[in-house]
Amino acid sequence: MGLRDRLREGLTRSREAISEIFYMGGEVDEEFWEELEDRLVMGDMGAEVAMQVTDDLREQAAREGLRTSRQLKEALAQRIAGEFAHAERDPFRDLPSCVLFVGINGAGKTTTVGKLAGVARSEGRSCLVGGADTFRAAAIEQLQVWGERAGVEVVTRERGADPASVCYDVIERAEREGCDLVLIDTAGRLHTSPELMRELQKVVKVTRRRAGMPVSVVLVIDATTGQNGLAQAKEFNEALELDGLVVTKLDGTAKGGIAVAISHDLALPILRIGVGEGIDDLQSFDALEFSRALVGEGEGE
Amino acid sequence: MFNSLSDRLQGTFDKLRGKGRLTEDDINVAMREIRMALLEADVNYRVVKGFVAACKEKCLTSEVMESLTPSQNVVRIVLDQLTQLLGSTESKLVLAQNRTPNVIMLVGLQGSGKTTAAAKLAYLLKRQGHSPLLAACDPHRPAAADQLATLAGEIGVGVWRGDVKDAVQVASGAIRQAVDHLNDIVIVDTAGRLQIDEEMMQEAVDIKAAVKPDQILMVVDAMAGQDVVNVVSTFAERVDFDGVIMSKLDGDARGGGALSVREVTGKPIKFVSMGEKPDSLEVFHPDRMAKRILGMGDVVGIIEQAQQVADQQQVEDAERMLREGFTMDDYLSQLQQIRKMGGLKKMIGMLPGGERMLQQAGGQMGDEQIVRIESIIRSMSKEERLKPKKINGQRRKRIAAGSGRSVQEVNQVLKQWGEMNKMMGKMRQMTGAAGMGSKKSMRQMRGMMRNMGMGGGVGGMDLSALQKMYGGKGGRKF
Repeated sequence: MGLRDRLREGLTRSREAISEIFYMGGEVDEEFWEELEDRLVMGDMGAEVAMQVTDDLREQAAREGLRTSRQLKEALAQRIAGEFAHAERDPFRDLPSCVLFVGINGAGKTTTVGKLAGVARSEGRSCLVGGADTFRAAAIEQLQVWGERAGVEVVTRERGADPASVCYDVIERAEREGCDLVLIDTAGRLHTSPELMRELQKVVKVTRRRAGMPVSVVLVIDATTGQNGLAQAKEFNEALELDGLVVTKLDGTAKGGIAVAISHDLALPILRIGVGEGIDDLQSFDALEFSRALVGEGEGE
Repeated sequence: MFNSLSDRLQGTFDKLRGKGRLTEDDINVAMREIRMALLEADVNYRVVKGFVAACKEKCLTSEVMESLTPSQNVVRIVLDQLTQLLGSTESKLVLAQNRTPNVIMLVGLQGSGKTTAAAKLAYLLKRQGHSPLLAACDPHRPAAADQLATLAGEIGVGVWRGDVKDAVQVASGAIRQAVDHLNDIVIVDTAGRLQIDEEMMQEAVDIKAAVKPDQILMVVDAMAGQDVVNVVSTFAERVDFDGVIMSKLDGDARGGGALSVREVTGKPIKFVSMGEKPDSLEVFHPDRMAKRILGMGDVVGIIEQAQQVADQQQVEDAERMLREGFTMDDYLSQLQQIRKMGGLKKMIGMLPGGERMLQQAGGQMGDEQIVRIESIIRSMSKEERLKPKKINGQRRKRIAAGSGRSVQEVNQVLKQWGEMNKMMGKMRQMTGAAGMGSKKSMRQMRGMMRNMGMGGGVGGMDLSALQKMYGGKGGRKF
């Protein structure tokens, strides 16, 4: 199964939902537009963005004389794809590189680090993982299991230790051993906790200052997150100057529409998306492909 | 980041000032705002549609209360409707009387907070005099059992993890373990699963069949988006849970999912989970949730939050303050309490109309002021902190230099302290010697003092006055 197929499969449900409305007699009337707006809202795009997108598409349709569902689908995909920011650099491929993963509790940071370490290892890159989540019970053990599976070493300290010191250790070790890719897992925290955000700021600062290699800070966000995702991303971005996003759990029925809003509002590129449980299910992000899969382009004519 | 519904409606209705009656068009405009507010709160789209239609009907037919402005009337109707839909307080766990052990099972998506919720629930039950046993039935996520074991150790509750990779067997083993060790409740923590993962859903059904839980609780993330409807309806269909625990409500998510869950499945929300600590599992209040969804602040929430922060130490402090007067150290500790509660901004933001207030104040109302006062107090010597009256001109200069602030600012802090101390003196007279002994009066005093600290200290915010203004009928006035 190709990358594109997997992505499509992951997004089947949402695509079906949007495709559905394009089947209906092909009639483009008031009801069609309203239905379209509804669907976008249901995909967690947010009411305001959805309205804007629909209005724009409507105008475009009138201007360019788009009448068939195929044309409209393509135009919609283009429109949504245009909302995403583009990545200038892939921190997981352009080495050497150090990546810090941040996010709220339960977004999937540790799992993402584990999977990325596995991918790096299977592609023959030298990789080191830092377990800076010294707060959550058994987070270190969880990461160590992933490390064993991937054959990657995990640098960490005991529970309760200063997370910044773990970052220091792992970078020092990576530089000593000539390691190209460093992945650091941090403790999940809500963006509304000022103390924990300050702690994270320190972790990032220490890492940025200590590392000789470029450091990226990546926000991991759950695709099932609703409108609060934007608030999260804003707070994290303000505190840490994020470099990109990883969207996880896109294989449910969630549509991940909030990713569109975040990427657009904060000009943050989406670096990877998780569309399944397997190690290979963490994929590179292609804006147009994502949007097309979401809209259901090329099917149902 | 979002304006509260009341602020929004205010804007809409400003244009209609002086109108005694609202026309249907006016109400349509208001309903549009309500629709947006609910969507921003992640209430499911279909639920919003039905809800708004019902509200409109009510607005057109219901009696208008004359004491309220049109916008207040609309909000009152919406709020009542929402509270009603969210259901009554049913935070009770229904457990069979004649069965030992009782079994509670937790299900949910990955990362929704099941393991944490399991530990919190165990803590709650333990405090109620039960002897719970935690069963770690998640063989899928690495170290999930370790996590539960660590949390269980922290709250002093037994844990059963089994040595097999089969969740069903672990669950059955836990029941036997509980029987052997006289645990009266078993809490079964299961793996996170996607509702479309047939294999995993079947596992949940199998666990259910094996342990026959008295209660199945589904853990739902307060930040969940529109998709929560699909998730809960599938879970309801397959495992048929009895109630919901909303997790991560300590964030600023509006938690509109609560309404969706209730509407779609009819299951009650039993608990809300508000933080990392084991005691942060709270009773669900539909009225507060309704206000939260509409972005109307949570006055009662703040007061409770303040209570949570206060501990035994502070009761003693209060006693000492009354005896010996209010020192700079007391002032300092009050400022730190504000910080503990998430800073001034967050607290003001939680008040009705607070978001608007913050906007008007611009950057003025920052927490920097607290930091400034703190630095000034920290630049005082021990003696000076105990007896601030000692601080003369020369000392003021020294403190200013030490804290990097101006002498005027030091004067201001001293003046604020003076006012607080005066109030404390009044209180001492008021309470007299009689009130000193009883715990209840101490508690009242502690509350008063806390409010004073905030009121006199920072940005002119008087929480006790606000509390009075909004208390009791917070829903009607804003």
